[in-house]
Amino acid sequence: MILKKQYSILPGFGLTLGYAVFYISLVLLAPLAVVFLKAATLSWEQLWNIITAPRVLASFRLSIGASLAGALINAVFGLLIAWVLVRYSFPGKKIIDSLVDLPFAMPTAVAGIALTSIYAEKGWIGSLFQPLGLKIAFTPLGVIIALAFIGLPFVVRTVQPVLQDFEKEIEEAAASLGANRWQTFRRVVLPALTPSWLTGFALAFARSLGEYGSVVFIAGNMPLRTEIVPLIIITKLEQFDYAGATAVAAVMLVISFTLLFVINLGQWWSRKRYFVVKGAERNVS
Amino acid sequence: MSVNVISKRENSPGYTPVGEPVGIQWLLTGIALLFVGVFLILPLVAIFGQAFAKGTAFYMAAISQPDTLAAIRLTLLTAFIAVPLNMVFGLAAAWAVARFDFRGKNFLITLIDIPFAISPVVSGLMYVLLFGRQSWLGPWLASVDLKIIFAVPGIVLATVLVTFPFIARELIPLMQAQGSEEEEAALVLGANGRQTFWRVTLPNIKWGLLYGVILCNARAMGEFGAVSVVSGHIRGLTNTIPLQVEILYNEYNFTAAFAVASLLALLALVTLAVKSAVEWKSVHLKQETGEIKNGNCNSECK
Repeated sequence: MILKKQYSILPGFGLTLGYAVFYISLVLLAPLAVVFLKAATLSWEQLWNIITAPRVLASFRLSIGASLAGALINAVFGLLIAWVLVRYSFPGKKIIDSLVDLPFAMPTAVAGIALTSIYAEKGWIGSLFQPLGLKIAFTPLGVIIALAFIGLPFVVRTVQPVLQDFEKEIEEAAASLGANRWQTFRRVVLPALTPSWLTGFALAFARSLGEYGSVVFIAGNMPLRTEIVPLIIITKLEQFDYAGATAVAAVMLVISFTLLFVINLGQWWSRKRYFVVKGAERNVS
Repeated sequence: MSVNVISKRENSPGYTPVGEPVGIQWLLTGIALLFVGVFLILPLVAIFGQAFAKGTAFYMAAISQPDTLAAIRLTLLTAFIAVPLNMVFGLAAAWAVARFDFRGKNFLITLIDIPFAISPVVSGLMYVLLFGRQSWLGPWLASVDLKIIFAVPGIVLATVLVTFPFIARELIPLMQAQGSEEEEAALVLGANGRQTFWRVTLPNIKWGLLYGVILCNARAMGEFGAVSVVSGHIRGLTNTIPLQVEILYNEYNFTAAFAVASLLALLALVTLAVKSAVEWKSVHLKQETGEIKNGNCNSECK
């Protein structure tokens, strides 16, 4: 009860908070602690040697690079899709709107085999690019495609509500002051969307970094070329190299937590910004 | 809703829209639809197309194979344990977070988000390090003959970990938006805690809870990375549906792999349909109650 700041007549604070904390500790925090305890049994030199092994370094380079590329694709097309869904009307819009969540609801392995079959040399899209000498499946390009699929909902779903609440009057004001449409978008709309846009980008990037199921099938998993970090962990586990797997996992966890921190900061920024805009509007009206 | 308002205004005479030229609108819509078509619709078509590539009889035979049936049974069992556990957690966490102010609240919310941020493979690894044969608990688990890793308990635990945020994340914003006035009124009028929960809270959150449960269930049944690490891939024993898909696919048994995968794709489509229905429902409820609640504001503020 010391934790509680103010008195409320609602019952169940101790019980529900206690249970929630107990559950998280049991399911998440205890196993998480074991990873870091296990990693702590390694010396710095051992840790360094595991992380800087060529195969591991190559996988980090691929995972980070492909996740960035995938998240960039999402940033561009996610913003476009959010814009089209909020501002224009066209037949089937409701269906498209709900389909955006498909990568979120679809099991990753199912998405993985579907994308592989489409982008393989004999697949519907793979066969279009094959005459150009461009292979997509089983190359880093395939990894990017899979990650662009997995991350799409994040940008759309963070930008969409902000765009929905954005008052058209502000754009009208810009237009009446002589701004053309592109200037209005660039100088008025985009700055208001930026915090949520960046948050969506970071969410897509964070999710892509750890993604496994949708990537392993299309990647081809060639050492030094198309192995992603989660696959390295699995490979090490299969060779009973628990220390190696733990070291790589610990690095991934540190990256994940950093990203989570940045995302929380971004969401706080976007909320603040959003309320400032809302408050300004209220003052104007 | 705002879209309708805008388009209505655009249609009214004497109004100069601040929209883009029609050509640009068509172009942007076209590009967006093309992207959605290639990235979202094409994979769906591919799954169902290839699942039925060898006819309905082959499809039925593929999904009624003994190994596949065992995988379906294990997946159902896993979801049957994991989803209720996470539902109770979600309700408790949402009640604590949305109804009370306490220090460390934002930290608790961040903790709930962690499974979204970490790789499913790392989630699986965490349990291997905790319960595996080489772990500190390993010798003791072996002495009491309890197998967690490469057995069903490990699969359930990994699924619980990966899917525990879903229901809580669905309920917290919903309950925060609703506020606690109705529950306080019930308590003041003499209802006890249990009555307040069953008669006031639950009816208010039932649609959000339903979507949370369905999404959690879809993710529990489809979890691949974490389960793949702890399962050991023992056919007929520790294979879930997604792992069975992987095995069939790696054996170049593509049609059967897509047939089994189509079951999960169907589940994903049902999940999306429920989401749309719940959103439609909540918008309509908001309009009904919102007009009464904000009746004053609508006439004065605007």
